[in-house]
Amino acid sequence: MGASLSRFQESFSQAMISGHEPEDPSVANLVAQPAFAVYRNTVMKGCVDALQANFPAVARLVGDEWFRAAAAEFAAGELPREPSLLAYGDAFPAFLAGFPPASELPYLADVARLDRLWTEAHAAADAPAIGREAFSCRDPGELETAVLQPHPAARWAWFGQAPIFSIWRRNREEGADEGELAWQGEGALLTRPGDAVQWTAIDGPACRFLDACSRSLALDDALAAALEADPEANVVRLVNALLDAGAFCRLGHPRPDSRRTSP
Amino acid sequence: MTSTLTAGLGLKPQHFAQARECPAAGLWFEVHPENYLVEGGPRLRWLEAVRERHPVSLHGVALSLAADAPPDAVHLGRLRRLAERIEPALVSEHLAWSTWRGSYHPDLLPFPRTGEALARVCANIQAAQDALGRPIAVENPSHYLSIEGHDWSEIAFLSEVARRTGCGLLLDVNNVFVSAANLGFGAEEYIDAFPGDRVREIHLAGHSRDPLLGEALLVDSHDAPVAGPVWALYERLVGRIGPRPTLVERDGNLPAFGELLAERDRAHAVLAAPIARAA
Repeated sequence: MGASLSRFQESFSQAMISGHEPEDPSVANLVAQPAFAVYRNTVMKGCVDALQANFPAVARLVGDEWFRAAAAEFAAGELPREPSLLAYGDAFPAFLAGFPPASELPYLADVARLDRLWTEAHAAADAPAIGREAFSCRDPGELETAVLQPHPAARWAWFGQAPIFSIWRRNREEGADEGELAWQGEGALLTRPGDAVQWTAIDGPACRFLDACSRSLALDDALAAALEADPEANVVRLVNALLDAGAFCRLGHPRPDSRRTSP
Repeated sequence: MTSTLTAGLGLKPQHFAQARECPAAGLWFEVHPENYLVEGGPRLRWLEAVRERHPVSLHGVALSLAADAPPDAVHLGRLRRLAERIEPALVSEHLAWSTWRGSYHPDLLPFPRTGEALARVCANIQAAQDALGRPIAVENPSHYLSIEGHDWSEIAFLSEVARRTGCGLLLDVNNVFVSAANLGFGAEEYIDAFPGDRVREIHLAGHSRDPLLGEALLVDSHDAPVAGPVWALYERLVGRIGPRPTLVERDGNLPAFGELLAERDRAHAVLAAPIARAA
């Protein structure tokens, strides 16, 4: 293929994003026209709007103006990698963690992580969730080696340093509790039992249990991981609560071809 | 199937329920497929619920047909799966580029219409049509910049693309109006010269004046009702080429569904007029 179309696009793209003086003289002529700003503004607005839609709790915490300035700075360094803008902003939480103006809000990056998990849960594959009945009529010996497979839409995270889940939900829910926050570690579980993403607080052992399940560890080993986090954990209640929330889609023995190797 | 489509509306999530229930004859809806390229979840369910009642068209903004690179295979595969699921009445894209070296620029970017670009655009349309197993329609974008080095007029370029690939054309009347104002050509002449036999779909939308440059720069903003002169161009077009599926697009300053439906009904009436004359 001739190189001139490539050269034009390379130069146009760079001029739009970085504001560099274009190498291609025909693009330099375009940048000089006032209308070039229409493209630059549309691209930037598309990116910032997408980030604002994908990180609503962060936007509500910091306000429109702050958010859009931060989002524009992120977008200038990283355009979307794919046309589905729902996927845009993978790296936004990490960007916020290192963003100097956010240094007084050390919880902001983790709140962004929960916004991201919400989007992943919202767009994940469909599957029926299993309930407590999945455990009935099972031989206890068989259960020890069975694996609970997390539902494709289940997402969870443990935040040891701060009440990230409480902060996040206060900025996602209408009329959320405005009482004083207990400054302690929290976990969150997001599931999609009907069609809407729902969220609930979970503790450290539950997070460890889900982590183990996602690595395809047998039930016995997954429970051991939960008890390692807290030897006093009530594992029956823990598993039932996760099942009730719709966190799993299958209980069984991994098929040989689907067994993932654990790290 | 397309013969039953009259005038349609861009489908907005805020209007899903009303859109689904709306009984207007010939009504259809259009979506940007990029918003539905998900593995599962409520978005697909909403779209399928609307699709159960109305024809749906997929109007892509991101195939980047004019980039000097083949369309992204992963994106094309997702688009194909969505098309298999939704069975769209029409599939369309733009004569523009948006993805370059793995970065997606959310806009429809211009390029010099050279012989090199023509060969590339044709190859990319062919790749898209092969992957989708159906012809697509390609839309004239809005123009803001005077680009040097065009070897082809836009109409000649689009006609040649359609001849070589068998694709259809989507004529956006508002884009013609906006481009004519910005680049200084005659909108009526453009509308009159457009190859009518290739037109599979027509778009109508609102535009706005640039906040800094005013009348000197019109922006295809989709945030206002269709302007009077655009309606006049539309009537002129339909009078010449006959009725074609017509879409009223609206993205910003979204009014109530009923207000959009009234605009759509106006297009519906324009489409019905030539038939009435012929009868």
